[in-house]
Amino acid sequence: MRHLLSYVITRVLLAIPMIFIMLTLVFVVLRVMPGDPVSAMLGGHAPEKVIQQKKLELGLNKPIAAQYMEYLGKLARLDLGDSMIFKQKVSQPILEKLPATLELTLFGMLMSLGLGIPLGVFAARRRRSGGDFAARLYANIVYCIPVFWMGLMLQLIFGVWLGWFPIAGRTSARLEVSSFSKTGFYIIDTLRLGNLAAFGDVMWHLVLPSLTLGVVLSGIFVRLTRANMLDVLKSDYILAARARGIPERKVVYNHGLRNALIPIVTMLGLQFSLLLAGAILTESTFSWPGMGRLLLERIYLRDYPTIQGVIVVYALFVSAVSLFVDLLYAAIDPRVKY
Amino acid sequence: MAVQAARFSPAAGIASLFRWFTRTRRKYRTEWWIMLAGVVIISTIVAMTLFPHVFTRYSPTDQAAGGQMTAPSRTHIMGTDNLSRDVWARMVYGAKTILGVAIAAALLSAIIGIPLGLLSGFVGGAFDRILSLVMDSVYSFPGLILAIAFAAMLGPGVINITLAVAVVYIPTHFRLVRGQTLSIKEEVYVEAARAIGARRGTILSRYIFPNVIATVVVILSLNIADAIMTEAALSYIGLGLPAGIPDWGMDLSMGKKFLPSGTWWMITFPGVMIVLLALGFTMLGEGLAEILNPRLLER
Repeated sequence: MRHLLSYVITRVLLAIPMIFIMLTLVFVVLRVMPGDPVSAMLGGHAPEKVIQQKKLELGLNKPIAAQYMEYLGKLARLDLGDSMIFKQKVSQPILEKLPATLELTLFGMLMSLGLGIPLGVFAARRRRSGGDFAARLYANIVYCIPVFWMGLMLQLIFGVWLGWFPIAGRTSARLEVSSFSKTGFYIIDTLRLGNLAAFGDVMWHLVLPSLTLGVVLSGIFVRLTRANMLDVLKSDYILAARARGIPERKVVYNHGLRNALIPIVTMLGLQFSLLLAGAILTESTFSWPGMGRLLLERIYLRDYPTIQGVIVVYALFVSAVSLFVDLLYAAIDPRVKY
Repeated sequence: MAVQAARFSPAAGIASLFRWFTRTRRKYRTEWWIMLAGVVIISTIVAMTLFPHVFTRYSPTDQAAGGQMTAPSRTHIMGTDNLSRDVWARMVYGAKTILGVAIAAALLSAIIGIPLGLLSGFVGGAFDRILSLVMDSVYSFPGLILAIAFAAMLGPGVINITLAVAVVYIPTHFRLVRGQTLSIKEEVYVEAARAIGARRGTILSRYIFPNVIATVVVILSLNIADAIMTEAALSYIGLGLPAGIPDWGMDLSMGKKFLPSGTWWMITFPGVMIVLLALGFTMLGEGLAEILNPRLLER
C-alpha cells in the first residue's frame, strides 16, 4: 500500500511539467498571435484612448513575462483568474460545463468498449472467416470517419428521417432543468430525486452523441481485442483449459478475454485524448453545452483567461485519466506491482 | 532495406524500386492489394485537383448552376446546395484544399520533427531529456484542441491552417525517429563508422538517417490521413479557410444548418469524400507498414 501511495504521488508530480508546458505554450501563442480581446470586445472602430484604457484595466499593457508570472502566481493558489469579457471567475463557466462533457465522454467510452470488445472477440474466434473480414473492414473504415460527420449522419438517419432521437441539447425544452439540477450531472441528479421521466429524457438525449463517439472509437478496440485474443487463444493455458473440458464460452471469456484485456486498458488511456478531441466536435454537432463549446465560444471572443483555464482543465483531465488507467492496470493484472 | 547510404542515381533508383515492387507483390499479396487500392483512391483525387474541368463542367462558385437545394439528378449528380451551387463541382475543386493542407502539414511536421528526433536521440543528455519532456507533453495532449487554439489565434488562411495542423504531428515524428535513432546508434555498423573516424554529422546523415527513413514513410502516410481529418474538423467548426475557397469541411458545416429539412446530399457527399481520402492514405500506410516493417504498428 505504501508503494502504491508513493507511486501515485510520483505520477501526480510528473503531471505538473506537462500541464505547465501546455499552459506556457498556450499563453505565449495567445499573446504573440494577432488579434486581442480589447478589439474583439469593443469592435474595430473604438477610439485609441478607450482601447488603451481597457488594456490598462485588464493588465494587457504589461510585458508578456510579467503577465505570465502574475498568472502563474495565481494558478499556484488554484485561482484560474477572471474572465476578460464577462464579469465572472473563469472557474464558474468551467464548473458549469464540465459535467456535460464528463457525461458525454464517459458514455462515449462505454459505448466504444461495448461495441469494440465483443466484435473483436467475435472476429478472433472466427479467424479468416467472412465475419472476421467484415469486422476488420468495419474497424478500418470506422477509424477513418470524422467524428462530426458520423454525428451528422446519425442525426440525419435517426433524428430527421426516423425521428427516434433528438438531435440537439441535453434535455427537452419542456423539462425544467433548474428543478432537478444540483451537481450538473443530470443522470445523477434525476436518479437522486427518483425523477424517472426526467432521467429517461436525459438518457434519450445522450444516445446519439455517445453513439457517435462510441462508433468512431470502437474501431481501434476491435483491432486491438482481435489481435490480443488471437495471441492469447494460442497460449498453453487455453489449451489446458480446453483439455480439462471447460465449456468453450467459459474458456474464451473467463480465461481468454481476461488476459487479452490488459493491453486494451493501456489503450484506453491513450485513446482518452482522442475521445476528448472527439467530444469537442460532437458537442459542436449536437449543440451539447460542454467544455468544447465553451472553448470555441471563448476563442471567438479572445477571452484569454478562460481559454487558458479550459486548457488547464483538459490537461488535468488527461493526466488524471492516465493515472487512473495505470491503477486499473494493477487491479486487472496481479503481476503488476507498484 | 538498404543498410548503407549509397550515392543516389535516378536510373538505378527507379530500377531497384521496380525490382522491389515485383518482389514484394509476390511475397505480400493481401498487403499489396490494400496498398494498391489506397494508391488508386489517392491518384483519382489527385487527378481531380490537377484537371478539375475533366470531372465536372460546373464551377464550384457558380451560384446559378441549378435550382436551390435540389436533390441529386441527372444534371447535378450530387444535387445543389443552398446557394444553388453544384455539390459535385464543390467536391472536385475542394479536393485541392484539403489534400494540399494535409500533405503540406504532414511534410512540415516531418521536416521539423525528424531532425529534432535524430539530434535528440543521437546527442542524448540534458538536451534529449528536456526536448523529450516537451514533446511528450504536447503528444499526450489532445491534438485537435491544440490545433484549434493555434488556428483560432492565427486566423483563417491556407498557410495558417497548415501551420496549426502541422503542430499536432511534430511530436509523432519526433518520438518515432528518436526511438529508432536510439536503437540504431548501438548497431555494429555505426560503431564501425565511428571506428574509422567518421565525423558525427556524417554518422547521423549517412548511417543513421537512411535507416530511419523507411518508418518515416509509413508514419507520414498515416499522418496525412489523420491531418485530413484534422483539417476537415477545423474548417467544420469554422476555424479553417476564408469563405470563397471550396472546402469539404466547410461544406459540411453549411449542410449541417439545413439538416433538419432533410437535404441529405449536402452532408453525405463531403463526408464520403473525406472518408475516402483518409482511407486511401491509411491503406497506403498500412500496406507499406506491413511490407517495410511488420512490427511497427503492433507497438
